[in-house]
Amino acid sequence: EHGPYQPHEPGYGLDQPGYSPYEDEIPDPEARMLAIKNAKAFLLQTSTRSGLNLYDHFANMLTKILDEQPPNPVDIIEDISKDVKWAQFRKKMDTLRDEHLILPTFEAAEKCKALFIKDSGEQHEELDEEMGQPSLPNVMETAYYFEQAGIGLDKGESYYIFLSLKNLINVQPIQTCRFWGKILGLEMNYIIAEVQLHEGEGEEEETGEEVEENVAEEEKEMGEGEEEEGEEKEKEPEPPKSTYKPPPEIPKEENGTGTNKYIYFVCNEPGKPWVKLPPVTPAQIVCARKIKKFFTGRLDAPVVSFPPFPGNEANYLRAQIARISAGTHVSPTGFYQFANEDEEEEEGDLYEENPDFEPPPVAEMVESLATWAHHVKEILKQGRCVWINPSLKSEENEEEEDEEEEDKEGEEHEEERGLPLFTLISEDEGIKNIPAWTAQFSTNLIPQYSVAILQSNRWPGAYAFAAGRKFDNIYFGWGHKYSPESHTPALPPPVQAEYPSGPGITETVDPTVEEEIAFKTAQEDALAEEEEEGEEEEVEDD
Amino acid sequence: SLNCLDWSLLTPTSKEMLELAEQLKGRFQGYPSFEYNLADVNAEAAARLTEGGKEPVIKEEARLIATIEQIDRAVGVVPRGAFVKTPLGSVHENRYFEGLSLLEAKKLSSYFHFTEPVNLKNKTLLEKADLDPSTDFLDSLEHDIPRGSWSIQLEMGGTVVVLRSLLWLGLTFYHVPMTKQFGYIYFGTGEKNLDLPFML
Repeated sequence: EHGPYQPHEPGYGLDQPGYSPYEDEIPDPEARMLAIKNAKAFLLQTSTRSGLNLYDHFANMLTKILDEQPPNPVDIIEDISKDVKWAQFRKKMDTLRDEHLILPTFEAAEKCKALFIKDSGEQHEELDEEMGQPSLPNVMETAYYFEQAGIGLDKGESYYIFLSLKNLINVQPIQTCRFWGKILGLEMNYIIAEVQLHEGEGEEEETGEEVEENVAEEEKEMGEGEEEEGEEKEKEPEPPKSTYKPPPEIPKEENGTGTNKYIYFVCNEPGKPWVKLPPVTPAQIVCARKIKKFFTGRLDAPVVSFPPFPGNEANYLRAQIARISAGTHVSPTGFYQFANEDEEEEEGDLYEENPDFEPPPVAEMVESLATWAHHVKEILKQGRCVWINPSLKSEENEEEEDEEEEDKEGEEHEEERGLPLFTLISEDEGIKNIPAWTAQFSTNLIPQYSVAILQSNRWPGAYAFAAGRKFDNIYFGWGHKYSPESHTPALPPPVQAEYPSGPGITETVDPTVEEEIAFKTAQEDALAEEEEEGEEEEVEDD
Repeated sequence: SLNCLDWSLLTPTSKEMLELAEQLKGRFQGYPSFEYNLADVNAEAAARLTEGGKEPVIKEEARLIATIEQIDRAVGVVPRGAFVKTPLGSVHENRYFEGLSLLEAKKLSSYFHFTEPVNLKNKTLLEKADLDPSTDFLDSLEHDIPRGSWSIQLEMGGTVVVLRSLLWLGLTFYHVPMTKQFGYIYFGTGEKNLDLPFML
């Protein structure tokens, strides 16, 4: 037989007044009620620390569980308990209002909102009449074609880029504009637009720089002249002059030609203001070939590397953009033709669309790489597209230096010839046994609407598509060339000899005592002879 | 799968296979049955295989499996709190995971490698006291060598946190703070970026 149940023992629930089988055995209901009341009072006992009591806490927890009905509540009961307690801290009515927290999302949205504001159309019409319609690229259309291949950005982002390009065109005097691509960085990314400004714009800054350079050169020459004169007068032993002549600086290409054919604007995010990248110099390209660095996302970040990069991140970015463009910008063969027939021979840089272009079918574009051609000139080893002989520049210097340079370095500066402008990409060398390009259809299932996609293997991230008359190039990536071997940084040059060794400086063994005595006697003899001669001369003079 | 229609199951790999595959360099060819000549890469292994009577080649399939395993081990990432460890030792998904807060989401220390922890025991006692054994049982990304081999960015106006690995270029991890959504994916050439120390 079971004994009387206390409230905490199992089987308690059977206790219904009047129906329990054990009623006659349990002490009177009052004791039971008392037991219940004691238990409840214990539960209602307020904690001295937090002011809560267990009864309410359980009630809240159970309410929450029954409301939310999470799966497997017994496993997460501790978390639920913690959350209920935490919820106590949220006061419903507070006399102090929380400072209105501006979510970062809201701030970002504000910036993007500026993109969506439509400009007043009046200013526009005047500009348009003067300069002709600037061509805003249809970014969404390009994005659609690339999307067929699985390349590209989110539609929303593409649209933001579209709007910010529109803003760029309104602000700057732009003739043609194109979305070049996106380069990823550590802290922030770069969105890049390739632009051609109207003629006459943007050149004023450059002349200023050139004038400064010339003035500096003249000053240097004057300084050198003075030094030489000083030397002749004083003839003090000076510390040996450095015989190091830095290789002559290769002048950068003019704006509008070669590597600087296009001007690039970058921004970190659509909505932020566009920043113009400075034109690239050959020295920067040559150095960029030797280093491999991630972009941080800040244009003024220094590029710490060996060999030391002449410039900051903006210059490095520009150099990489130039290399990528030269290596991977392609178009269907025949789409562009030379503007002047005479210039077909290598120096021609101007090209225009060929009105007679017949687009080959998509299948052919994929199968044969000969249907694609580069439309950007290849960059030579020198760092320019058009070779220049640096020793020709030394006309201003003194003649001596001129001759020396030509003698020494005339042999080294071989003329570099790059490939002519519209080289077919089938002639691109691959790296080891990897072909330079991989061509694919965007879809095998619907051949009539498929698009030919070209992927570069030398610059992973560069893509091109062609569909009939439409084509475009784009880049999404980190901005580095592919190399199957690891990158080996250049070794530092051998330590220069501090001074030329000659008899005056080389150490010899100190003379022994006998040698010294012998030398001394020899000297005395010589002196005696001289005196005799001197006397003889004096005698003669008289 | 090569066309997202026909899928073939990849078998798990052995340790030797992993080591051998690490030495293969260059792009993948695209054909799972392509055979790499082992003799070029590692003469010893080739010799061992020929003695055993097999041909000294590695199939691209094996290289693929090994690469996937390496990537998962090296850079598979999960946010803190997404997985819990029971006192019995088994790890399972935390169904009560509400996502990281915005502040936590920006810190690299709130993301963990989803593999056997290597560095946990090396932490100082002070740090260990702060750890919560049910959620902090994995290695954090903070102490990855070389430092700075992760790029953390907020995109879409700060609504999504994107982590990109610089060691395996192409591995991207995303998480929407204050929600349960997170995940990682790899798009790339399948090659480890050994130039990383030069690039930072």
